[in-house]
Amino acid sequence: MSEYVLEMKNICKAFPGVQALNNANLALKAGHVHALMGENGAGKSTLMKCLFGIYKKDSGQIIYQGEEINNRDPFEALNRGIAMVHQELLPIPDRTIAENIYVGRYPVKKIGPIKVIDHKKMYNDAQALLDELNLNFDAHAKLETLTASQMQLVEICKALSADAKIVILDEPTASLTLKEVDKLFEIIRQLTEKGCGVIYISHKMDEILQISDEITIMRDGQYIGTWDASEMTTDMIIEKEVGRELKNLYPPKINTPGEPVFEVKDFCSIHEHSFQHCSFEARDGEILGVAGLVGAQRTELMEAIMGLRGTTSGEVFFKGKKLNIKSPSDAIKEGVTLLTEDRRGSGIFGVLSVADNVGIASVNDYLLYRMMVDQKKINQIVDKSIGELSIKTPSKKTQIQHLSGGNQQKVIISRWLAKDPEVLIMDEPTRGIDVGAKYEIYSIIGRLAKEGKTIIMVSSEMPELIGVCDRIMVMCEGQITGFVEGEDMNQEKIMELSTKFIK
Amino acid sequence: MKENKFNLKKVGNFLINNGVVILIIISAIIVGVDNPNFFGKYNIKNLLMNVSVRAVIAFGIAAVLIMRNNDLSAGRQVGFAGCIAATLLQKADYVQKVYPNLPPLNMWLVCALLMIGFALTFGLINGLVVSKMHVPAFIGTYGMQTVIYGICLVYTGAQPIGGLIDKYTDWAAGSFLGLDFVPNLGVVALLVGLFIWFLFNHTPFGKKMYAIGGNPNAASVSGINIDRMTILSYMLAAALFALAGFMLGAKAGGTSAALAAGYELFAIAGCTIGGVSTNGGIGKVSGIIIGVLVFEILKIEMQFVGVDVAYTYVVQGIVIVIAIALDIRKYIARK
Ligand SMILES: Nc1ncnc2c1ncn2[C@@H]1O[C@H](COP(=O)(O)OP(=O)(O)OP(=O)(O)O)[C@@H](O)[C@H]1O
Ligand SMILES: [Mg+2]
Repeated sequence: MSEYVLEMKNICKAFPGVQALNNANLALKAGHVHALMGENGAGKSTLMKCLFGIYKKDSGQIIYQGEEINNRDPFEALNRGIAMVHQELLPIPDRTIAENIYVGRYPVKKIGPIKVIDHKKMYNDAQALLDELNLNFDAHAKLETLTASQMQLVEICKALSADAKIVILDEPTASLTLKEVDKLFEIIRQLTEKGCGVIYISHKMDEILQISDEITIMRDGQYIGTWDASEMTTDMIIEKEVGRELKNLYPPKINTPGEPVFEVKDFCSIHEHSFQHCSFEARDGEILGVAGLVGAQRTELMEAIMGLRGTTSGEVFFKGKKLNIKSPSDAIKEGVTLLTEDRRGSGIFGVLSVADNVGIASVNDYLLYRMMVDQKKINQIVDKSIGELSIKTPSKKTQIQHLSGGNQQKVIISRWLAKDPEVLIMDEPTRGIDVGAKYEIYSIIGRLAKEGKTIIMVSSEMPELIGVCDRIMVMCEGQITGFVEGEDMNQEKIMELSTKFIK
Repeated sequence: MKENKFNLKKVGNFLINNGVVILIIISAIIVGVDNPNFFGKYNIKNLLMNVSVRAVIAFGIAAVLIMRNNDLSAGRQVGFAGCIAATLLQKADYVQKVYPNLPPLNMWLVCALLMIGFALTFGLINGLVVSKMHVPAFIGTYGMQTVIYGICLVYTGAQPIGGLIDKYTDWAAGSFLGLDFVPNLGVVALLVGLFIWFLFNHTPFGKKMYAIGGNPNAASVSGINIDRMTILSYMLAAALFALAGFMLGAKAGGTSAALAAGYELFAIAGCTIGGVSTNGGIGKVSGIIIGVLVFEILKIEMQFVGVDVAYTYVVQGIVIVIAIALDIRKYIARK
């Protein structure tokens, strides 16, 4: 037997219009963490789905523990000891944590001739697993009581409960807090000590360099190479990913903030523990960052401004005029738009085309004879966006669900750029996006600000906020704890404000 | 070699995805070869007249289905509209006239008033119940179904309504410009189809409708007023049901409260066979027409071969289930 638990050789997979994988390779050693890297749409998720039995590969070989295998479905993969945490979560919110962990593989016991689910064993096992990982959740709690990042940890538990030889983690940290990431890394270490191999997909360079042993890089579905993580630097990885050198992570600042124009006054949530008495101002031509830990209620506040959440008080002014916002459609009419955090839940229209996904918010703006949608005009905008944001898609008629995660995000950003708003609120705009595309998005944000638009950017990535924003507002437990700019815009100061009310 | 396999797979997929349609067309050809009358003038015209009424109903249902709702009151709305049309268009000298002193009205005026009236009553109420009161569409419109039937029984006194004016019945039986293969009802359905095609594909209403069906949360964040769209879709549907009732009353030559009972299910089946997704967001006008057509051909085929009426129901039921199973399969099998 070779030193590898898993070897994937010359894997090819085509979808209508795209060769997603073109002779991709991956070799994983037992007890190692293997990072799989590449730009959005490089084929990372697809390669893993071929292994896990979600997609059927067109050609190539998968050798697992010395024998060639071909998983027809995830069930077969799990039985073989291959577990996967998906990039897009698939939780069942109104069932308990334990049920989510054991869904489809419930432990059974026999009562006479009938097999029934052994609930006691299920809850005990689940609780033991949670405890082992130092997660203090109750296995009986409904999944919906958890935050998105906690759900992600449960999803990871699910993979671990399968007692796997290989665990695939596809962007597991996209929505985790720093502390949770540490927890995850601890879990990964426990796994590798047991001899389990881990395949780790992420766009976060520092994590990759911290946790992985080897790095395999892919570009356009092709295998570029495998290196020891110890010999790689961020710059080298980026260069291999994009195929050229990328000098800076952030574009130079080109905007100059002007007068305060967008004013939010005394927003209070109907929920006591959510945001309370939040007031702030943003200037025209300003990029205002919003920092805070998960649970700081940043998303909730932004959604309340858009009319999506119940409030007991709160007013919004633009250039001195009070905006009457009761729903997102009111807000959009007033020129205020929101890019939501939850791409799958409230971002994409999966079965609609890329073109329709871009155009949907603007259909009333481009009319012929006052009733007919000017599809030509909209298509021009779509083509322009596809070019500007380098969206990888076979055509603008492709259903958006067939795009890679990062490319879906770019499509939704295009939707709001097409709308040309005065105030653009972006909640985690670069989540799951590769470095090259991040740079493009930062440039676009800068350009919009230069044109005099107000940008409010919520992000959990402090370096990104510091690199892009003119000023950063910090929140902690539903309150605004301060603003930093200039000299003060550093990690220590922001961290201090974000933990102001946390013991 | 590899190319070949790929193409085979494509052909296979095409066959499965359009399986029901293909099977029914083939069987039609077989029946037609055996019974030349099957493709005869009379039969084809009759088929088209039936299809026309059902297509108009299906277009109405489709608007609602694509937005992930449903309308179980469709058949009763059609029936009630037919009954109202009939009472207003009875011959002046007919003995059992419902409104003895009312002279027959202009039939086009009746048609227009019915469409507007139904949209503003049943359509609006359905829409409000489903959107503002958050009653699940299945239950809300089922309630409406029973209510309308009750009202219709009261309105007609549970009596059949006959003695319709010739102009009305002749129009339904007639052909466009004397072309035998083009019934007047078919022309109406065609115009409605064109209108719906335009509405679905080229107007903000259509774009928003597909978006809501695709992902209601995202639609709301994108500034689409879902309640308003839901109400409008039910109003559109009700107007089309009224039109279908007007057509059906004329075609039948007389009506009763039993008219069009259960037609919503035929319409839903037709839509689904034609590819309107039960998961929302997907559905094309061409598909709906094919779906309705195919379903009707199936029925007539069985009558022609002399299948016992009882069995035709069995076969229709099986076809619906298979069609939906194949539809759902498209979403599961993404390999
Ligand atoms: N089901 C599908 N149908 C059609 N095309 C698909 C499908 N799944 C993926 N693709 C295409 O395959 C390519 C690779 O996608 P994949 O999701 O593997 O990228 P990725 O490397 O995971 O990117 P990201 O970092 O954005 O998640 C993309 O061009 C995508 O559009
Ligand atoms: Mg991916």
